[in-house]
Amino acid sequence: MSVTHRIVVVGAGQAGLQLCETLRRSGHTGPLVLVGDEPHLPYQRPPLSKKFLTGELDAVRLALRPAEQLAKLDVALKLGTAVLAIHRDAHEVALADGERLGYDRLVLATGTRVRRLPAPGAALDGVCHLRGLDDAQAIRDRLGAARRLVVIGGGFIGLEVAAVARGLGKDVTIVEAQNRLMPRVVAPLVSEHYARVHAGHGVHIHLNTQVEGIVRAGEALAVALDDGASLPADLVVVGIGVVPNVELAREAGLHCENGIVVDEYAQSSDPAVLAIGDVAWHRNVLLGTSHRLESVQHAVDQAKNAAATLLGKPVPYAPVPWFWSDQYDLKLQMAGINRGHDSVVLRGTPDSGAFSVCYYEGTRLLAMDSINQPLDHMLARKLLAAGVTVPPTAAADPEFELKTLLPAG
Amino acid sequence: MPNVSFVAPDGATITVDIPNGWSVMEGAVKHGVAGILAECGGACACATCHVFVDPAWLGRLQPREAGEDDLLECTAVERAPNSRLSCQLRVSSALDGLVVHLPERQA
Ligand SMILES: Cc1cc2nc3c(=O)[nH]c(=O)nc-3n(C[C@H](O)[C@H](O)[C@H](O)COP(=O)(O)OP(=O)(O)OC[C@H]3O[C@@H](n4cnc5c(N)ncnc54)[C@H](O)[C@@H]3O)c2cc1C
Ligand code: FES
Repeated sequence: MSVTHRIVVVGAGQAGLQLCETLRRSGHTGPLVLVGDEPHLPYQRPPLSKKFLTGELDAVRLALRPAEQLAKLDVALKLGTAVLAIHRDAHEVALADGERLGYDRLVLATGTRVRRLPAPGAALDGVCHLRGLDDAQAIRDRLGAARRLVVIGGGFIGLEVAAVARGLGKDVTIVEAQNRLMPRVVAPLVSEHYARVHAGHGVHIHLNTQVEGIVRAGEALAVALDDGASLPADLVVVGIGVVPNVELAREAGLHCENGIVVDEYAQSSDPAVLAIGDVAWHRNVLLGTSHRLESVQHAVDQAKNAAATLLGKPVPYAPVPWFWSDQYDLKLQMAGINRGHDSVVLRGTPDSGAFSVCYYEGTRLLAMDSINQPLDHMLARKLLAAGVTVPPTAAADPEFELKTLLPAG
Repeated sequence: MPNVSFVAPDGATITVDIPNGWSVMEGAVKHGVAGILAECGGACACATCHVFVDPAWLGRLQPREAGEDDLLECTAVERAPNSRLSCQLRVSSALDGLVVHLPERQA
C-alpha cells in the first residue's frame, strides 16, 4: 500500500465521500477519483424522509460538502456517470461514457437501491419509492396537492414519511405486512409505542395486511388490500426495504452474499478491491459477527477503516453500531445490534414518552433502543464499546446511573 | 451574511460567512473547519459538533433544549458551562460576529 496509489471510488455517497476526505486528510497524495451515477454532489440521505420533505432543508443544505471543498481536497469528481464493469486483470473500470479508468486500488461504495413493490400498479404515476434526492423531490412536489397518502411498509422510512405528512395535515394510512411496526429491528414494546403515537396523531394503521395492487381511479389511485378493502389515495409512498448494489462486484467474480463480502479491513476477495457502506457484508470484531448495516455511522466508520487499510496502517473494524430515527417529537436512538437477544428489559415507562429498551443475551447487554433518552443512548454506546454489561436489575431501575459503570479514564 | 469565528485549540482562527437560518455546524462543515465532525448531520444524535462559546456571547444564545443538554454529557472533551452543540445554534443577524472555541477532539 502506498500514499501515491491511484484510487478509484465507485459511488459518490456518504461512504465514498468520507473515504476521499479521510484519505486526503491522512496524507494520501496519489490521484483520487470519485465516480457517481447520480448527478448531485454527495449528499445526506437521512433528511430525505425528514426535514427535506417538510421543506425545512433544501438540496443545497443536503450536500455533504460543497464543490469548493471537494476541489480543495483534490478529488476528481465524475458525477452522472455509472461504472458499468470492473476489469480486474487490467486493473480498470469501464464507465458509461466509454472512458476506462485505471486503478491501483478500487473501492466499491455503491450502496443499495429500493425494493420495488411486487404488485400490479407499482409503476403508476403517483406511486413513489424513496432512496435518492430525485425521489424525495418527486414526493415533496406531490405532497403539497395530495390530500390522502398511503404508505406501504411500516419501517423507518415509511413511518418518517407518515409523520411528516401528518404534520402537513394530510390524511395518512400505513399498510404493513407483518403484525407490528418496524418488525425486523425493534422489540414489540417499541413497535407498540410507535403504533400508539402514530394512531394518536390520527394515522390509520393496517397490520397483517398485504397490498394486492394499485389502480388508477379517476384523478386518484386506489390501493387494493388482501382483506378486500380498497384505500383511496392521491399519493402512495413505498418503503419496503432495499437491495444491495452488488452486481458490478458479482459480475467481476468477487465473493458476494447479501452484500459484497469483506473482512474487518474492508478488503474483498480481491486484495486490490475494497467495499464499504451499505453494500458491504463486513466483519465487526467487537461484535464477533458479519453482517450488512444501513446507517450513516457504519458508512462513516467503515470508510475510515478502509482509508487506514489503503494507507498501509490497517486496524480491525470494531465500532459500536448506532442509528437514529425522528418521528414527530420522538427521537429513537439505537446502540448495538439486538440480533440473538433472548430477553428484553424495560428502563422507564413508555407512557412518560421517554424510555429505553435493553436487549440481553443471557446477562450480556447486546443493544439498547432509547426513545427520547439521549443520555441512555450515549452511555450505552460507551458501555458497549468498553465491553461492560449492565446487570438487568440495574438497567430496569431508571434511577440507576449508567455512568457509574463506565471504566475510569 | 453573519460571520462566525472558530478558534482551534492552538489559537488558529477561521472566520466564515454563514447564511441566516443555517446552523453554526453547517457553516463549519461547508467551509471545511476540521474540528467539527458532525457525524449525524445535525440530528442532535452524535455530540461530535461540540464547541465552547466565547463567554462574551453566552447571554445572546437560545437556551439549550433537554436533548442537547443530555448529549453534552457524552462529548469527547468534557463539557464546560459554555459548551454547546453547534448543530443546535441557529445563525441570525443577532449572532453576527459569534466566536466559538473548538475542543481538542470530537470522538
Ligand atoms: C430516506 C432515507 C432515510 C435515512 N435515514 C437514516 C437515519 O435517520 N439514520 C441513519 O443512520 N441512516 C439513515 N439512512 C441510511 C443512510 O443514508 C445510508 O446508510 C448511507 O447513505 C449509506 O451510505 P453509502 O455511501 O453506503 O450509500 P449511498 O449513500 O446510497 O451512496 C451510494 C451511491 O453509489 C451510487 N452508485 C451505485 N451504483 C453505481 C455505479 N455502478 N456507478 C456509479 N455510482 C453508483 C448510488 O447511486 C449512490 O449515489 C437513510 C436512508 C434513506 C434513503
Ligand atoms: S451534528 Fe450530531 S449532534 Fe450535532
